Parts: sequence; structure tokens; C-alpha cells
Amino acid sequence: MSSIILAIVIGGAFGFTLDRIGATNPNFIIRMLNLTNLHLMRAILMGIGVAAVLAFGGLLTGLVDPGHLSVKAAYLGVFVGGLLLGLGFAVAGYCPGTGLAAAASGRYDAIVFALGGLLGAFAYMVTYADVEATGLLADIAGGKTTLGTIAGTNYPALFDVSGELVGLVMGLAFIAVAWLLPERILGSKGHEAPAE
Amino acid sequence: MRAPLSWKAGGLLLGIVFFAAVLLVKPIGVSTQFVILDGILWDAFDSSIVTESAETKSGYTSSNPYLAKSGGSYAKSVENPLNYSFVFVLALMAGAALSARLRGGVEKAERSMPEVWRVNFGDEPWKRYLATFLAGFIVLYGARLAGGCTSGHMMSGMMQTAVSGFIFAAGVFAAGIPTALILFRKEK
Repeated sequence: MSSIILAIVIGGAFGFTLDRIGATNPNFIIRMLNLTNLHLMRAILMGIGVAAVLAFGGLLTGLVDPGHLSVKAAYLGVFVGGLLLGLGFAVAGYCPGTGLAAAASGRYDAIVFALGGLLGAFAYMVTYADVEATGLLADIAGGKTTLGTIAGTNYPALFDVSGELVGLVMGLAFIAVAWLLPERILGSKGHEAPAE
Repeated sequence: MRAPLSWKAGGLLLGIVFFAAVLLVKPIGVSTQFVILDGILWDAFDSSIVTESAETKSGYTSSNPYLAKSGGSYAKSVENPLNYSFVFVLALMAGAALSARLRGGVEKAERSMPEVWRVNFGDEPWKRYLATFLAGFIVLYGARLAGGCTSGHMMSGMMQTAVSGFIFAAGVFAAGIPTALILFRKEK
């Protein structure tokens, strides 16, 4: 029962935050990807950076139980799936989480996106055995690998260094990149991007 | 175009939420729940899809190999939707709805399509809906192939220094940036 309460609190906070940072607004996602407004890119990098610093700081101090980490396996399908997701992400301006949040915020095109998503997930369910037969799902780079060795876990490490320190440094680097990124890379304020 | 929160404040809040999830339960993920809802709907039409099993770790199995994988853990969630991950996604939607309502909701013109779509492709809703339906299809197919989405792989993965998270992010931006550059050339 307490896990359901946690689901409501953390899930609710996540949905609320997605809307507050503009991630339920496809204008922000599309303009992040066409490099004309990096607001969301900076928020995402900041988010990953802060989460990493807190998590690895917490692991070092014993606040965070290493058993709560859950590292996903690396395989070729991760990259191919990322390409497919990136394509649809750019067309719609939605990903699975922000699409559902946007649908709830009152965007009709996001409801349609979610329906397409249900069909796409279903298509994967029925083609899973064929996809597996291609070898796309076979582990690469050691499978559930992290950059460094994290104490209390048995995830293989890419480099033989302290995973906690790597995590802290990476987190700080993400925050620094968020800080250094410009508002936009292409075009300029008040000017139209060159038309075709 | 302004978001309710700056990237600094918003990013900080986002980071705290992702950290809180790891501290208290487990990393955040969303796209699996599309599979769970599909499974619930499928099982409602054909109750032989998910069945109890004494041989699997979860106590459930499925005639669908994807629902049956990993000891039937997806099959179990289909049979018991009141679990952490599924309720998490329902709460995510409630949280977004609450935030949107508090800021006065989405403008009428924006509800069917975002402005950036309108200036590039015109304002016929069917075109936008067709595009988002197809996009939703490939986004979720891709997310399931990858084993996670922007939340599970990119945010939760990279914050744990997971190599898979970096591979996923590379794929997303390698496809997403050129696609957006080609499709959305006009700004206003």
C-alpha cells in the first residue's frame, strides 16, 4: 500500500514538473530539436546533472541504497530504438511520458499520439519474438554496464574507476553544459529562419 | 514562448524528482506501461492471454512471448494493474493536468496542434493527428525495442551513468535533430 502512495506522490510530482518546465508543450520539444530554443535541453541536462550529483552523493554517504539502482542492458536495439523514438519525437514533439502528460493537460494531438503509442507498443509485443531472432537484443559492452564501478552493485564497469566519483563528475559536467549552452544555436531572435 | 519555470529552477526540480524516485523506490520509467495497458485490454478480449503459472517467478505467464519474458513480470502487472509503476503513470497524468489547470490551461488554438506545426504545415487538424498517430506508433515501437524511453533510458539511465542511456540518447538526437531541422524550417 505504501508503494501506491509513493507512486502517487512521485508520479504526481513528475507530471507536475514536466508541465512546469514546458515539456508538455511540443513547441519546446520541436524547437529544442531544430536548435532554435534550447530551454528544454538545458532543463533536461540540469535535471540529469542534479539527479546524478544527489544520487552518487547519496551512495557515497550511505543515504541511497545501491539496491535501488536499476541499470538497463546495452544492446544494438537500444540505438535502433533510439533512432525510431527520435524520429517520432521530432515529428510529434512528444515522447511517451510527455505525450501522456500533454494529453492530460488538454492537448488533443497528444491523445492521438498516445493512441498511436498503444498500437506501436502492441506491434512490438506481437513482433518481439522476430526481433529477438535478429540478434538486435543481444548484449553489447557487457550488458548492464556503468561508466565506473559502483559499490554494492554487480554491474560491470566500462572503466576501472570509482563509479561514485565518475557519477559526481559527470553530474557536475552536465550542469556546467546546461549553464554554457546558448538560448539558441540556429537563427536569431526576431528573425525568420531562412525559408526553403 | 515562455515555460512557467526557468531552465534552472525547472531542471533543479526535475533532478530532485528523479533522485527522490531512486532514493525511495526505483528509477523512473514510463513506456513499459503502454505495454501493460495493451495487455490489460488484450486480456479483457481474450482471457487466455495472461494466466497464472506455478512455474514462473512472478506466478503469471502469457501466451505472448513479450508479456511472458523476465519470469512473467509484465504478465503479473497486467493481472494486477494497481502496482507502483502503473499507478505512477496515472499520477503523472493527474499531476500534469493539475499543473496545466493552475496555469489556466492550454490555449484553444494550441489544443489541436502546436504553433510550430501550424506555421510549417497549415492548420488542418487531420494532418497533425495523422502525423502524431504515426509518430506515437514509431515512438513506442522504438521505446520498447530500446527497452526504455526518454524517462527510463535517457534521464534515469544517464543519471546512473548507464552506458545504455548514452547509447539511447545518441540514437534519439542523431535522428531527432536532422528530422526537426528538415521538417520545421519556418519559425513564424
